[in-house]
Amino acid sequence: MQPVIVLDSISKIYRSGEVEVHAVREVSFQVQTGEFIAIMGASGSGKSTMMNTLGCLDRPTSGRYLLDGVDVSALDRDALADLRNQKIGFVFQGFNLLSRTSALENVELPMMYGRHRLPARELRERAMRALELVGLAKRFDHHPNQLSGGQQQRVAIARALVNQPALLLADEPTGNLDSRTSIEIMGAFQSLNEKGITIAMVTHEPDIARYTKRNVVMRDGVIVSDTLVADRNNAKAEMARLDAELQAAKLVK
Amino acid sequence: MKLTATLRIAIRALLRNKMRSILTMLGIIIGVAAVIAMVGVGNGAKADVEAQIATLGKNMILVTAGNFTNAGVRSGWAAAGTMKIADSEAVLNEISGVTLVSPEVRSGVQIAAGNQNWYTTLLGEAPDYFDMRQWEFTDGACFSEQDVRSSNKVAVIGKTAAHQSFGDDDPVGRILRVGNVPFLITGLLKAKGFSLQGSDQDDVVVVPYTTAMKRVIGVTVLRGINVQAADSDNMELVQEQISSLLRQRHNIRPGHDDDFIVRGQQDLVEMATAQSKTMTILLGAIASVSLIVGGIGIMNIMLVSVTERTREIGIRMAIGAHGWDILLQFLIEAVTLSSLGGIIGIALGFGSAQAISHFVGWPTVVPLVWVVASFLFSAMIGVSFGLYPAKKAADLDPIDALRYE
Repeated sequence: MQPVIVLDSISKIYRSGEVEVHAVREVSFQVQTGEFIAIMGASGSGKSTMMNTLGCLDRPTSGRYLLDGVDVSALDRDALADLRNQKIGFVFQGFNLLSRTSALENVELPMMYGRHRLPARELRERAMRALELVGLAKRFDHHPNQLSGGQQQRVAIARALVNQPALLLADEPTGNLDSRTSIEIMGAFQSLNEKGITIAMVTHEPDIARYTKRNVVMRDGVIVSDTLVADRNNAKAEMARLDAELQAAKLVK
Repeated sequence: MKLTATLRIAIRALLRNKMRSILTMLGIIIGVAAVIAMVGVGNGAKADVEAQIATLGKNMILVTAGNFTNAGVRSGWAAAGTMKIADSEAVLNEISGVTLVSPEVRSGVQIAAGNQNWYTTLLGEAPDYFDMRQWEFTDGACFSEQDVRSSNKVAVIGKTAAHQSFGDDDPVGRILRVGNVPFLITGLLKAKGFSLQGSDQDDVVVVPYTTAMKRVIGVTVLRGINVQAADSDNMELVQEQISSLLRQRHNIRPGHDDDFIVRGQQDLVEMATAQSKTMTILLGAIASVSLIVGGIGIMNIMLVSVTERTREIGIRMAIGAHGWDILLQFLIEAVTLSSLGGIIGIALGFGSAQAISHFVGWPTVVPLVWVVASFLFSAMIGVSFGLYPAKKAADLDPIDALRYE
């Protein structure tokens, strides 16, 4: 089976006036189907640039990037947009849902920009299935401002999944959430990963990274470590533990 | 993305800022309303004038005696004293395009019947005059060619003059004194209403021109000749022929002015519509300025909207929207704004045209082609002024747009 991501000595250089900033230097790595990786690093380590490159939002200055077998480096704006639409599902730190638009319509959006048009009923059915997957089917008609942060992020995950992408790309997905909700969202990712979905996530929190299977740490534009997670956190178990603690605290009172 | 979905997004975006949308549309609304009102009133005025001109009769050419200059003193119109009955006969006999003529004299006279008296206009005409002007009789009949030849004292009376002299009684068969001359009334004319100049066309007594010349006014020359051309297409040719015939008959040498005026019906229409043309130009100027300002307003608001929604644009691009999709979204929003303004403007324009015509008493006529044209034009304003903001949105970099706060 071909890898979902193949990075072959990718570099990204930003120019601001006279100064050249080497955000990413000759990075190579691969992600296989079904992996769940966290890209970690402090700010300025190049992980955001890496994220933009992986997400086909930006093209590398040099090197080759194969996404699901497609060479991204040579594609133009529109082709990149199609690729994002078909092969990548985005989950952002700030959720980035369209406000004043129902959860269902938010989830339908990627299909609307799809190159083959689906009938309205089909759009709705697929969007509902995606919402069911994240456990929000009942709130399909809620607007983002009627949903909690965790629920909004789950709508965003449903939106990311609706076109059945090869890769789910999450940029600090728990950055705006409290710890309990963070665990909940990581639980959602874990269960999606168990169903075979490849997930790449950028985070700077080691706790969160321990829910993934593989941690890639970047510093100054290069990968400094690439390890499998030995003692993986299990979101379900973690939630159960939190609930038990809460129960105990109540009993003590 | 489907067009209907894009349209729905645009409408939703506009409804989000209702007040702003309405204010933005205002320029287009006023512009289109001005256009529609202008066309409505202008056409109404024209139709009104044409209806009045039609009361003159069909294919009418009016030949009026001109002025003269004696020792530097210039007389007014119809005072030249050169227009003869023979001229009128020559026009009928020598110009093939002429079907009917009626020599005309005119004077203000005091009329009396019983114990009533009234100041009215006396017209001396030929019997054909009533055919030419398509003027029918309510009662009685016209005087005859024989009456003209014998200068008989018979008269046809207009509705207003009849009412003033006889009240509600039937005037036919009664005696009417014109000046001091008693006339037998043979016919009562149908009401024709007011003329273009606002005079009451029914306040009139018509007698054979010979009688009027000899027995009432005491003149030997005509005031003018009413001419009817055979068909409306060669009116101008007939007018020229009349001119050259009369110049020849009056021995006017080349380079000297005519001592008569020849006017066709079309000239009268043009004269009468000159006023409404001024109004049309004025409203047209308001409309075009307003439409341009309206367009700039739309561009301004669309630029604001693009900035406000930079993040939304970023999201849409991240999940697969092409530049074209974004361009279309904002363009449709601008077009929706401007064409909605157009529709409201059309309604408002209809309303104002109705109101204006209510006060002025003109009918309102707005041809469908103008309604369609102003709608399309307002939509076009949306396209042309929405293009730049939409292009700006479409050219955004998805990464920058996503990070935009």
